[in-house]
Amino acid sequence: MQNAHDIALLLARFQFAFTVGVHIIFPAFSIGLAAYLAVLEGAWLATGRQVFLDLYRYWIKAFSIVFGMGVVSGLVMAYEFGTNWSVFSKKAGPITGVLLSYEVMTAFFLEAGFLGVMLFGMNKVGRGLHFAATCCVSVGTLISMTWILASNSWMQTPRGYRIDPATGQFLPDDWLAIIFNPSFPFRLVHMGLAAFLSVAFAVGATGAWHMLRARRAGAIAGEPVRVMFSMAMWMAAIVAPVQILAGDAHGLNTLKYQPVKIAAMEGDWETEGRAPELLFGIPNMRTEHTDYAVKIPLLGSLILTHSLDGKVPGMKDFPRDQRPPSPVIFFSFRIMVALGVLMMLVGLWSLWHRRNSTLFTSPVFHIVALCMAPAGFIALLCGWVTTEVGRQPWTVYGLLRTSDSAAPVILSSMAVSMTAFVVVYVIVFGSGLGILVRLLARAPQEGEPDTAPTRASDMLATRVHPAVVTFSSGKGA
Amino acid sequence: MMDFAHWLPIVWAVILIAAITIYVILDGFDLGIGMLFALERDRGRRDVMVNTIAPVWDGNETWMVLGGAVLYGVFPGAYATLLPAFYLPIVLMLLALIFRGVSFEFRVMTRGTAREALWDTGFMAGSGIAAFCQGAILGGVVQGVSVTDGAFSGGPLDWLTPFSVFCGISVTCGYALLGATWLVWRTTGTLEASCRRWARRLAAGLFVGIVAVSLWTPLLHAPYLRRWTDWPNIAFVAPVPVLVVVLGLLLAASLRKGHTRVPFLCALGWFFLCLSGLGITVWPYAVPPSLTLWNVSSPPSSQFFQLIGTAILLPIILTYTIYSYRVFRGKVTEADGYH
Ligand code: HDD
Ligand code: HEM
Ligand code: HEM
Repeated sequence: MQNAHDIALLLARFQFAFTVGVHIIFPAFSIGLAAYLAVLEGAWLATGRQVFLDLYRYWIKAFSIVFGMGVVSGLVMAYEFGTNWSVFSKKAGPITGVLLSYEVMTAFFLEAGFLGVMLFGMNKVGRGLHFAATCCVSVGTLISMTWILASNSWMQTPRGYRIDPATGQFLPDDWLAIIFNPSFPFRLVHMGLAAFLSVAFAVGATGAWHMLRARRAGAIAGEPVRVMFSMAMWMAAIVAPVQILAGDAHGLNTLKYQPVKIAAMEGDWETEGRAPELLFGIPNMRTEHTDYAVKIPLLGSLILTHSLDGKVPGMKDFPRDQRPPSPVIFFSFRIMVALGVLMMLVGLWSLWHRRNSTLFTSPVFHIVALCMAPAGFIALLCGWVTTEVGRQPWTVYGLLRTSDSAAPVILSSMAVSMTAFVVVYVIVFGSGLGILVRLLARAPQEGEPDTAPTRASDMLATRVHPAVVTFSSGKGA
Repeated sequence: MMDFAHWLPIVWAVILIAAITIYVILDGFDLGIGMLFALERDRGRRDVMVNTIAPVWDGNETWMVLGGAVLYGVFPGAYATLLPAFYLPIVLMLLALIFRGVSFEFRVMTRGTAREALWDTGFMAGSGIAAFCQGAILGGVVQGVSVTDGAFSGGPLDWLTPFSVFCGISVTCGYALLGATWLVWRTTGTLEASCRRWARRLAAGLFVGIVAVSLWTPLLHAPYLRRWTDWPNIAFVAPVPVLVVVLGLLLAASLRKGHTRVPFLCALGWFFLCLSGLGITVWPYAVPPSLTLWNVSSPPSSQFFQLIGTAILLPIILTYTIYSYRVFRGKVTEADGYH
């Protein structure tokens, strides 16, 4: 059964999942961080408080690194649809390709056009214009998210199309129905919140780290550190519970449009009312049974239908060749939910510390906040694995199978490229992560230097940013 | 409706060629500057070179994303055959562009550590490899792709021929020329003087490349020769060699006389001529020698919807792109107190 073609398909899927999984980390970081930077700069302009400018200048250095990695990993994605999924892209291109083009024209150019001004233009344009540039970049990241999620959601819950009987192509009938397909609003909200939460916990962990280090040195962390920690914990306390509500709504919506995905996420085989919720288990696709199940009675119906005797679907209601691999998404889903609950608890705990005025002094809390650094990103990846693996065996849900989507690229080429991708990504993004950690290891200071120092000697002194030179423009700086 | 289905692909082909031309010119000088690292070892001057493009390179690369997305949305049949056909050079190009792109930040952030040299090399090699792959892919498209039932049906190394390799080398040389003339415009002193020297040699190299590719191309397929000699195409094709020579002489003279902007404009002119010549040559094929623009088009409902957005958005994009270039205009120098 495992002939060369099957293995090539498997490699193509693995390669796509690997590259998009790496990519999504950076856009999520960029979406959250760009919004945070816009808030900081706005707060600085409104209040004139130096601490906001210091934080802006501190985080924009990380932003330039993260954004750069987002751009180069995204460039790969724009071509991978054709290299790996040429049949899919030929058939669905009239819809997904058009959405991607709109993303380029409304979002990528906007970000790229104003990124230069944002990073290097502080001394070259007025404050108002610079703030406008920051906002443009931030809005660009949000627009980008909107289009790509419209495209992905259309693949999950296709609407507004017709199929050309001659070529099998999807022909667009109604663009509004295509864009505002049934899963799009839920996915947009859930993903947007995920990006904000991920960055909140990354920023919070950086603050916690510096407070722990200051404490060990017998000092008190500076104002910028405390302000960023406090801001991050407000985000956690407010957004984490909202995210859980959004996730719940997303799940109900999926139950309606992709019931077999929910059955596989829950490890349920039989359709039943008054269904239990499985806390743990190992779904077995062959024996059609979930082994070692740990159940809580009634909870399954309660969560999925919001009533005690609601009917919950089971995988046996669907033909074997239409069931997604339950063991993968059973666990990825549970990791995401567990992390979501954990984030909410940390948020609530921060409120308790705030009331007792121990937010900046509790080492235990700071250690927990530090450990939560990757939590958002892990939850986000687990969420995507649930979504995408749960869509299997289809690329366009119910209409085009993954095995019929692949490109005629032979196994040896796939194997070479897969190896090359892994090696390059490990070197490049591994180094990037190292550089980022080193950058954040330096605490933000009062009077943080600008990103675009006018003299190279400034840059060498702080060893932190590009743009080593003066742009001796006609007008002068 | 019939008319629509005929005209829309033509309009889109023109837009696509324009987008590719803009990409080649803009990222061409970025990649060229990366390659010129091989000739300039001084760190201060390397920083100046990078700083002439640091604020704009991302926007330049976005034209390539646009090219890919437009192909995907408007000519999905071409996207779906060309990308598998050029699988290996495309993957190699993307990986090279990853190294090039992150090196802008990484080479400064790792300054003073053992890894600094890695990212300078990554910038240089990434730029060179990406340039070569782009040229080879372009050559590969011109020489043709085997297609059966609208899908690619050749082998993974079909693209690799003396012609495509030669195109790769020519484009590499051309990008380096764009980079050198860009630096003549945007820098001063020693660096500017070196760039004038390099530009002269690179221009000679590119000239040889243009002549050779022009003589070689009509030998690839008989229809190409016919396209050039048929009326009214010949009216467009005939002046091209003359213009190429005139621009070459102007380029050499302006480099000698110390003009700052003219050499870059001449290099742009060369690229413009070559890419329009290429467009005329393969027209109306999207995937030579078998699939025409109409064979690979998405339905008019897609092409029209996308055209509306493009007509509104492209002028806006050009406006703020020009604005951001203007913010960073003027000569870039090494900072005071740098030595
Ligand atoms: C910080 C990130 C994060 C957190 C804490 C959560 N999620 Fe999530 N989840 C995502 C990030 C995410 C995501 C990455 O944004 C996904 C992937 C695709 C999508 O639409 O959103 C996702 C998908 C996703 C899906 C799949 C929908 C589908 O494919 O049709 C469901 C049912 C949930 N989530 C439900 C939840 C619940 C009940 C959570 C809380 C307890 C939760 N998520 C926390
Ligand atoms: C960004 C976060 C994303 C992640 C982490 C992700 C993850 C994955 C994974 C794990 C697979 C492989 C599924 C399997 O082999 O069982 C996959 C496949 C795929 N995804 Fe995504 N995906 C993401 C976003 C997207 C988006 C935004 C799109 C489209 C616009 C998309 C389109 C596809 C396609 C076409 C495939 C190939 C067919 C398939 O195997 O399902 N993905 N993705
Ligand atoms: C698999 C499908 C995807 C493709 C083809 C894709 C393509 C790209 C490309 C080409 C870029 C670089 C843009 C530039 O040059 O400035 C990029 C960046 C970006 N992408 Fe993706 N992407 C995909 C998935 C996603 C997802 C799932 C999201 C978010 C929900 C996302 C959000 C962004 C954002 C916000 C940026 C700009 C910020 C940054 O570069 O870090 N992308 N993407």
